[in-house]
Amino acid sequence: MPPDPAHRALQAQFHAGLWGGPVPDGVTAPAEAEAARRFNVYRNNVRHGLSRALAARFPVIEQLVGGDFFTAMAGVFAAQHPPETPVLLAWGEAFPAFLTAFPPVAHLPWLACVARIELARGRAYHAADADPADPAALAVGDPAGLRLTLHPSVALYTSPFPAVAIWRAHQPGAVPGTPLPPGPSHALIARAPGFQVVVEPVDPGTHAVLTALAGGAPLGHAAGQTDPTPALTLLLRHGLITAITTGDAP
Amino acid sequence: MTTKTLALPLAASIAAALSLAGSHATAQSAEMEKCFGISLAGQNDCAAGPGTTCAGTSTVDYQGNAWTLVAAGTCTTIELPAMADGSARVGSLEELDRDLPPA
Repeated sequence: MPPDPAHRALQAQFHAGLWGGPVPDGVTAPAEAEAARRFNVYRNNVRHGLSRALAARFPVIEQLVGGDFFTAMAGVFAAQHPPETPVLLAWGEAFPAFLTAFPPVAHLPWLACVARIELARGRAYHAADADPADPAALAVGDPAGLRLTLHPSVALYTSPFPAVAIWRAHQPGAVPGTPLPPGPSHALIARAPGFQVVVEPVDPGTHAVLTALAGGAPLGHAAGQTDPTPALTLLLRHGLITAITTGDAP
Repeated sequence: MTTKTLALPLAASIAAALSLAGSHATAQSAEMEKCFGISLAGQNDCAAGPGTTCAGTSTVDYQGNAWTLVAAGTCTTIELPAMADGSARVGSLEELDRDLPPA
């Protein structure tokens, strides 16, 4: 059935009404004068629901800025970037960029980097399924020519700030007062079997090896001058290699 | 020459990684498992298949090819409303062909 133009117009007007526009036509109440007040209740429910959805996706950001500040900021974000699908897990992709440009948090330039970790964790959790390959295939043939297919949830993260340590300091069981390492941080973010999303801090060399492997480079190329043992250990430990193929040696 | 000097450390790396990763490499968490046919429309976890590309995309209640993660061992005992014909509706660890969205 083709969409009814009148219905589409109503939807557009209702949407505008939710985000600051006038009360949509056709919204009535037993006492006509009450319609605006009642619609405000509806508006508030939508905002509150979205604010909680954003907090569920970015719990560390909420801890960092505090609940009241987060709720107010979520209202501004939701008005500027309302959800585009009914699937709320797809909402929030624009949040890190929003944090970069939001003047009240301009003095916290690393906040967006922490948000990118939380975004990557959500994406990893909902990434497609893939079974780990038999690691025995790694020990066959010329190791330099091996190409690895990594799990669809694998994301390689990098930040000019110690954002990984900040994120870890806000996880349950973190030791309070642990000093932050200065400088950039790198991590492997992925979903291990059993639906555990892992954030593994890695050194820049291992990050480079993992990035090259994820890009399809053969192991010999990906390793370059770096020892690939930490990269391979992480991938194997979390079941993140889903196929091992032998290509031509570089 | 370069290939030879490279190949030995790489093989050693792989051996080291295999032993370091150890039994974790194939370990599966036994705490949660996928249970098909129990989610309300739009509330499934990720799945692949027609009509349910990923999380939140099932369109029918108790859709048979959509799953939700549940505590291991509880899937087939979750209480669900009976089928239209009165027979019991149960969750399954395998994909089901009941309650599919219209093609």
